[in-house]
Amino acid sequence: MLSKREKEVIAEIWERLTPVAEDIGSDALLRMFASYPGTKTYFSHLDISSGSSHLLLHGKKIVLAIAEGAKDISQLTVTLAPLQTLHAYQLRIDPTNFKLFSHCMLVTLACHMGDDFTPVIHAAMDKFLSAFAAVLAEKYR
Amino acid sequence: MVEWTDFERATIQDIFSNIDYDVVGPAALSRCLVVYPWTQRYFGGFGNLYNAAAIISNPMVANHGKVVLRGLERAVNNMDSIKETYAELSVLHSEKLHVDPDNFKLLADCLTIVVAAQMGGAFTGDVQAAFQKFLAVVVSSLGRQYH
Repeated sequence: MLSKREKEVIAEIWERLTPVAEDIGSDALLRMFASYPGTKTYFSHLDISSGSSHLLLHGKKIVLAIAEGAKDISQLTVTLAPLQTLHAYQLRIDPTNFKLFSHCMLVTLACHMGDDFTPVIHAAMDKFLSAFAAVLAEKYR
Repeated sequence: MVEWTDFERATIQDIFSNIDYDVVGPAALSRCLVVYPWTQRYFGGFGNLYNAAAIISNPMVANHGKVVLRGLERAVNNMDSIKETYAELSVLHSEKLHVDPDNFKLLADCLTIVVAAQMGGAFTGDVQAAFQKFLAVVVSSLGRQYH
């Protein structure tokens, strides 16, 4: 459950990260591929090596979607409706991978924000990303 | 037996020789108690855990964080026999402390975040993978003697 203050902080952070969406997104993806090689199986059609244009584009797409969701967290189901359909019927990514990606995103944020990634912000962010992932998987079955 | 690459060994030794145990231990444990509040169930006798500020400034939490990190050092110094090194500690956590072994992973994740925040860009994807592999072995070893 996210408090009003937590939602504000989350929205603030993702707005600040929007200009560097490419860097944040690709960093999180690379971490995930390195720690959890099974996740690479979903990307056999792309070049996911460090610095590749595919990776940067894809990372940017993901971060912008997260940032969009962060703008109004109480409306996640509405905002994510098209992405829910995409993931359920086309991508069919096993939802356990959402947890792995979320963890890597938290690490990316920790590296990026250093001491500013306080325990309180970490907790709020973890809750938000969990909620995001849960909504994303809603149409799976 | 766990196989460690040269990179993984060097990375683990490197990280642990460069962190201040007295800072990182308390930071990781207090973070765990804040981010995963249900872990507070094991710390009933630790006094005020009422909110994040209280947890972070709690001297018993800080002290225990140091104990945990020093315990981790044993694995760092015995990377080829972590399971054996932790056999006793595993029994302790199971028989005496009654800690759900899923909690070990939560603390490990918080430790990863603390180290990442400290190392910034130097905590690359490959370094993270090595660190997480090490912690996974530790977590598994601590859960080994549960029955």
